[in-house]
Amino acid sequence: MTKFRDHIPAKEFLQRLESYRKGSITRRHFLGVTGLGAATAMLSSAMPGLVRRAHAQGSIGDKVVIATWPNYHDPQDFEAFKEATGAAVDMNVFGSNEEMLAKLQAGGTGWDVVVATNYTIPIYVGEGIIEEFDLSRLPNYDPSATDPRYANPGIVDGKRHAIPRNVGTTGFCLNTADFDGSPATWKEYWDLTRDQLSGRVIVHDYQLTAIGNALKYYGYSFNSVDPKELEDAEKLLIEAKPHLFAITSDYQPSMRSGDATMSMCWTGDATQMHRDIPSIVYILGREGGEIWSDFFTIPASAPHKDAAYALIDFLLEPKMAAREAMFHGYATGDKRVDALLPAEMRDSDILYPAAELLDALEFGAAVTMTNPQRAEILARFKSA
Amino acid sequence: MRPGLRTALFLAPATAWLLVMLVMPLVVVIVFSFGERGAAGGYVPAFTLDNYANLGARWTAFRNTLTLAPLGTVLCLLIAWPLAYFLALKADPRWRTVLLILVIVPFWTSLLIRSYAWIQILGGSGLPRIIADLGLGKPRLINTPFAVMVGIVYGYLPLMVFPIYVALEKLDRRLLEASGDLGSPPWRTVLQVTLPLSMAGVATGSMLVFILLMGEFLVPQILGGGKVFFVGNALVDLFLQSRNWPFGAAVAATLVAVMLVTVTLYMRAIRRLSGGRDDVALM
Repeated sequence: MTKFRDHIPAKEFLQRLESYRKGSITRRHFLGVTGLGAATAMLSSAMPGLVRRAHAQGSIGDKVVIATWPNYHDPQDFEAFKEATGAAVDMNVFGSNEEMLAKLQAGGTGWDVVVATNYTIPIYVGEGIIEEFDLSRLPNYDPSATDPRYANPGIVDGKRHAIPRNVGTTGFCLNTADFDGSPATWKEYWDLTRDQLSGRVIVHDYQLTAIGNALKYYGYSFNSVDPKELEDAEKLLIEAKPHLFAITSDYQPSMRSGDATMSMCWTGDATQMHRDIPSIVYILGREGGEIWSDFFTIPASAPHKDAAYALIDFLLEPKMAAREAMFHGYATGDKRVDALLPAEMRDSDILYPAAELLDALEFGAAVTMTNPQRAEILARFKSA
Repeated sequence: MRPGLRTALFLAPATAWLLVMLVMPLVVVIVFSFGERGAAGGYVPAFTLDNYANLGARWTAFRNTLTLAPLGTVLCLLIAWPLAYFLALKADPRWRTVLLILVIVPFWTSLLIRSYAWIQILGGSGLPRIIADLGLGKPRLINTPFAVMVGIVYGYLPLMVFPIYVALEKLDRRLLEASGDLGSPPWRTVLQVTLPLSMAGVATGSMLVFILLMGEFLVPQILGGGKVFFVGNALVDLFLQSRNWPFGAAVAATLVAVMLVTVTLYMRAIRRLSGGRDDVALM
């Protein structure tokens, strides 16, 4: 036995590692690019022996598989679920909705719960990938607690196919320490990119937001699939390309290091960066842009449906949802949860923007996800 | 047991593996490449040549790959050959094992993590700051083709070093002495004896590096900031983002074809250079 403490306890080390990862490399995009998300999914479905079996077999089974986003759940909350129900949560982390859809279309995922963004819901329903919810099995879900604006994309043909969880926007972040100005529009974003901020701006590697926010430059709809309007957006993207620092959805490291000054940005990233570096501010383009909500869904092919309901209900419980929100930094859109959040989160105008700014925003449309012209524009933009 | 049967048994695992892991996927890719994209993405059976007719839409990706893959291979070779020469013929035998391990050590960490490390080195607060402090201007290094090339050479160098090292290590030293005794200055011995005898290693190393580079997508994405687009990147986008599997399959099949042609031509050239010997040494 030694009385000197010459090492940090394993638990503290893991916590530090986790907080380091949160601030640096683990992003949706990171996983998308590396295929790590897909790889873990393949591995766990191909080799069931690798998945630890819970000793206590509850009535819902010993396992539930969730496909979700990075840094979206506190692992301790999954431990609590396992303790309460006996079902171990197997988490598959993904880089994009498109990647999840690709896996679901290929089949054989073994997923019980899929966290999906609003614009994919109609496709999932149309392809018969997800099922209608039986709300009687979700006592913790209160439809009146979520603004219909956020909840409605989960209702297709009058049936509730998806339960809202976490809402946010896509704007841009700016490091005011490196640039003296206060752009408030997408027009200014693109003009600054080609002028004063040349070489210091990041555009998402993502058709929905890269093309959508270029469309906003001209005042077109964020979701436009009009060939002429898309041509204009392409022209702007190609013109801006030589002035860009990067085309990536993993923009936090470059913003934090100061290499980039401005970037398209999602709410959660803005919250995290602003918390550590107050000079990084978040701006919603006045012309509009994207508002989104994520949803819990249950695939028709889910092997553990009882466990899927149990897990969703467990995470919807307001106190648990508030714990999760403090972990991931997004607003949940659930009024019961808002009331439980600390003041610094409740008062944040990143999480809760002014109503008039919200009114101009649009939910992403399913058609953008399958429009071939948009896919080709992104390819030409990236290879230009 | 008859010898024929024994051989068949010995080869069965490898044959099964190749069938399941190589032949079947390749057949799937070729079949898919004649299909049509479903309304919500994916694959719908059909017979059309549209996907191949549309290949021009990814011409830039092919051009970038076909420029950077050979260039990366040549740079690896130029750096690896002298290093392998030193390790095999000049290094103190007592230190040789240690030095060889040092060449492998980077492989113990994933290329992904190492590429992220290069972001720090080439980023604004890394090398460019040091260069700026020396008063030599403030160059932009990260997210350029240069950064991609640095990442590629760094990542694949050991694959080039080892085959060349092996070829040089088993080289008959008496030939070098004979060359010296017959009056050749050292530089001529290297050019006329050592170099030709290392060609098998050079061929193997170049193939390993070149083939992997043709499919590369990680380094351009991470160190090129998504602005340098390889065929590998086009494939990732086609399969995982726009989910145009048939077009993706056509691009993949074309890449395989291009690779087969290039590699065949290369092997022929090497055979001619090494004087008709076609033994390729792999470690």
